[in-house]
Amino acid sequence: MLLIHCPYCDETLPELEFTYAGEAHIARPENPSEMSDEDWQEFLFMRSNVKGPYHERWRHFHGCGRYFNAVRDTVSDKFLTTYKAGAPRPDLASLTEGLK
Amino acid sequence: MNAPVSSFTPGMLVESPAARVSAAVACTRLSLRARGDLAPFEAALGLSLDGQIGSRSSSGVLEAMRLGPDEWILHGSKDAAASAVTELAGLYANHPHSLVDVSGREVSFVIEGPRAAELLTIGCPRNIETILPGSGRRTSFDGVTVVLWRDAETSFRMDVWNSFASHLLDLLATGCRELAAEIH
Ligand SMILES: [Zn+2]
Repeated sequence: MLLIHCPYCDETLPELEFTYAGEAHIARPENPSEMSDEDWQEFLFMRSNVKGPYHERWRHFHGCGRYFNAVRDTVSDKFLTTYKAGAPRPDLASLTEGLK
Repeated sequence: MNAPVSSFTPGMLVESPAARVSAAVACTRLSLRARGDLAPFEAALGLSLDGQIGSRSSSGVLEAMRLGPDEWILHGSKDAAASAVTELAGLYANHPHSLVDVSGREVSFVIEGPRAAELLTIGCPRNIETILPGSGRRTSFDGVTVVLWRDAETSFRMDVWNSFASHLLDLLATGCRELAAEIH
């Protein structure tokens, strides 16, 4: 089982307390009425689906209830870090340095 | 046919030499959501809200646990809860918040006995030992969200939503018997 660090509870807890919530840092359109169908398709359905470190959202569902962001390596399933919603993307180079 | 709502008569439900599960006396439960300056809320309620998630505080008549960054659950008598509602209503204009009576939503089981903590491991994926006596957590028990209060080393309360209560009680009863079967 994965152990996930909740940045709000500041505890590392079993995956079973959490739910997955898709890719992180996808901003809602500022002017929805000016979006074309292609823009909407891009916003709603297209995800980067990277192989390697992936920025994604999780929710501490059976706990504090908050959404937060994580960087998880989709190859090894290892969490490189988790951080509060609204915080900037962490620098990937510094996160992966220790893994080389 | 409607399934009966779980209404347990306060008292012992399951008893074994390993652990006991009883239904707690009904209390009034308030859900509080608030952000920003907590001091006015603390003054109105007479308890501290500003601890870590899982920390608890009591005014003597009202007991609070912090469930999340902006969320608390309050337990108390009907009178204590009524006065909390009145006090907080006075704050509303300058400190918008949400205070909802959720008394009818849940029941509480009291789980105690020498192996109470071990009994909880049959449903809780997290390490029970990280919940120190005098604190608590919202967590998962057999996939169901519950609020655990650890009152002492071997004494817990578990707040459970009505619709899950009979299922969780069955599970706890099985666990009580299994743990007791290991005692010779
Ligand atoms: Zn959390």
